[in-house]
Amino acid sequence: MKKLKLRITNLVFATTVFLVVIMTFGLYLKRAERGNPHHDRADVRGLLQVANDDKVESDDKAFAVVVHRPAGPPRVALAGVDPQGRRGEVACSTCHSVRKANLENKTTDTLNEFHEGLVVNHGKLACYACHNPDDSDSLRLADGTNVAYQDVMTLCSQCHGQQATAFAHGAHGGMNGHWDLTRGPQMKNNCVDCHDPHSPSFPSMIVDFKPKDRFNAPAEHDQEGQ
Amino acid sequence: MAEQKPSLPVVENFSRRAAVKGAFATLGAGAFVAAVSPLRQAAKNSTAAEFMQQHYQELTAEQKAEVIARLEEEAKENYGVDVQIADDRPIPNTKFVYAINLSVCNGNGKCVEACHKENNHDRDTNQSYIRVLEMPKGTMDMEQGSTTYSGAVPKDDKFYLPVQCQQCDEPPCVDVCPVKATWKEEDGIVVVDYNWCIGCRYCEAACPYHARRFNWKQPTVPPEDVNPDQSYLSNRIRPVGVVEKCTFCLHRTRRGKLPACLEACPTGARVFGNILDPDSSIRWILNHKRVYILKEELGTKPAFFYYFD
Repeated sequence: MKKLKLRITNLVFATTVFLVVIMTFGLYLKRAERGNPHHDRADVRGLLQVANDDKVESDDKAFAVVVHRPAGPPRVALAGVDPQGRRGEVACSTCHSVRKANLENKTTDTLNEFHEGLVVNHGKLACYACHNPDDSDSLRLADGTNVAYQDVMTLCSQCHGQQATAFAHGAHGGMNGHWDLTRGPQMKNNCVDCHDPHSPSFPSMIVDFKPKDRFNAPAEHDQEGQ
Repeated sequence: MAEQKPSLPVVENFSRRAAVKGAFATLGAGAFVAAVSPLRQAAKNSTAAEFMQQHYQELTAEQKAEVIARLEEEAKENYGVDVQIADDRPIPNTKFVYAINLSVCNGNGKCVEACHKENNHDRDTNQSYIRVLEMPKGTMDMEQGSTTYSGAVPKDDKFYLPVQCQQCDEPPCVDVCPVKATWKEEDGIVVVDYNWCIGCRYCEAACPYHARRFNWKQPTVPPEDVNPDQSYLSNRIRPVGVVEKCTFCLHRTRRGKLPACLEACPTGARVFGNILDPDSSIRWILNHKRVYILKEELGTKPAFFYYFD
C-alpha cells in the first residue's frame, strides 16, 4: 500500500516536471521567433517579406532602365557637293514646307524626285499615316497629336500594343547591362533600332559561327565507317 | 682460383645463362619504366598543392585564396595572361531563371559565339555551351532538330531552339556524379569543381539536354582572346580531362549583370532574371505567356523556359 502511494507520488512529480519543462521550452521558442523574423520556421513568410521590401525599393532603385532614343529628326543628305567640295544636309521641312502634301500616297513608285528606291513594306499605311503633313520634322499620331522623332515608340505603340506591353515588361526588344537594378543600369533598344520603320519585318541573317562537336560532324564519322 | 675470387657475372664470367639473365633484367627494367611513365607525366603536370587540394565546399577562406592564387599563376604560365579569378557566391533571395522567345529567335547563332568567347572555350573546336537546333515546325522533340544548318535564317518551315544547361531543380547529372564534383547552388545554378572532377563523364551521359561538354584536350586560347574576368566555378580556363557546363555566366550574373548570350542576342529573344522578384521580367513572362519546358516528362524541373508570342 505504501509502495503504491510512493509510486503515484513519483508519477505525479515526474508529470509536473515534464509539463513545466515543455511550457518553458515552448515559451522560449516563441520568444526566439518573435525576436528573429528570419527564423527557419518562418521561411516562407520571410521570403514574402523580403519580396515586399524589394518592391518598396523598386521605386527608388539605384539605377534605371535606359531606353535608347533616336538622335532627332532625320537629316537628308544633298546630292553632289558645292564648289568647295562640301557635302550638305537639310531638314525634311526644307523641301516639305513649300510642297503640298499628298495624303494618299503609299509608295515611292509614284515619286520621281526624292525618296526613290526607299522600300516601303509596312502594311497598307500611307506615308502620312505616321509622318506629319503640317510639320515634317515631327511625326503624328492617329488622333492628330504631334510626336517628336525621339519619341517614335509612342507612335509605334498605337498599333503594336502587344509588342509595347511585352517591351514594357522586358519580354521584347532585348537588353544590355544589369538584370539587378540595385547594382547597375539596364540599356534597351527602341523599336527603330531593330526594325526599319518603312519595312519593319526583322531581316534574315547569315549563320557564321558553328561549334565543331560531335553533333556537328556526322559526315566525318560516316566516311570513316565506309 | 676463380671460385675464390667473386667477380662480375657477365663481364668476367660470361655464360649463356648470365646473358639470358641480363637480357631479361634489362627488359624488366624497361617494362617497369614504360609502365610508370604516365605517373611521371602526371607528376610533371600537377603540383603537390594541386594534388592535395580539398573539395571546393570544404575549402576555408584562406585555402580558397591560396588555390585561386595558384590558378592565376598557372594561367599566367600556360597562357601568358594576367587573369583575375574571383569566388562569386550566390546572392541571397535569388533564384535565376531563363526564358527564350521562340517566336523571335531566328537561329543566327550569335549567342553560341558570345558564349564561346566569354567562357574561354577551346578555339580549335569552337566549343560553346549553347547548341541551336533547327526544328521542323509542330514539334518540341529535340531528336528531330539539326545543328548543322547554315546560310540565311530563319527558313520558312523551321523554328530555332537554342539549348543549353537547363539548371534543373532535379538535376540527373548531379545524382550520378560518383565524387560529388558537381552540385546545385542556392541560386539554382549547377556548378562543377573542375579540380575535383575525375572526368568519368557519367554526368554527360545522364543529361537529357546534352548540355555538358568534356575537355578532350587542353583548351587553346590565344592570349589576346582570353577573357581575364573569371570565376573559380565558372569561366576560368578548364584543365584537360574534366567536364564543363553552362553556369548562367555566374561570374557576371552574381555581380548583377546579364549573361553574355543574352547581351549578344540581336533579336531580343532571351530574358533572364530572378524568379523570386515579383516585378521581374521573367515573372511577367511566366504569368502572361504560354510557357514550355523541354522533356517535361522526365521530371527534371528545368529553370529554363521557352515561350511563343
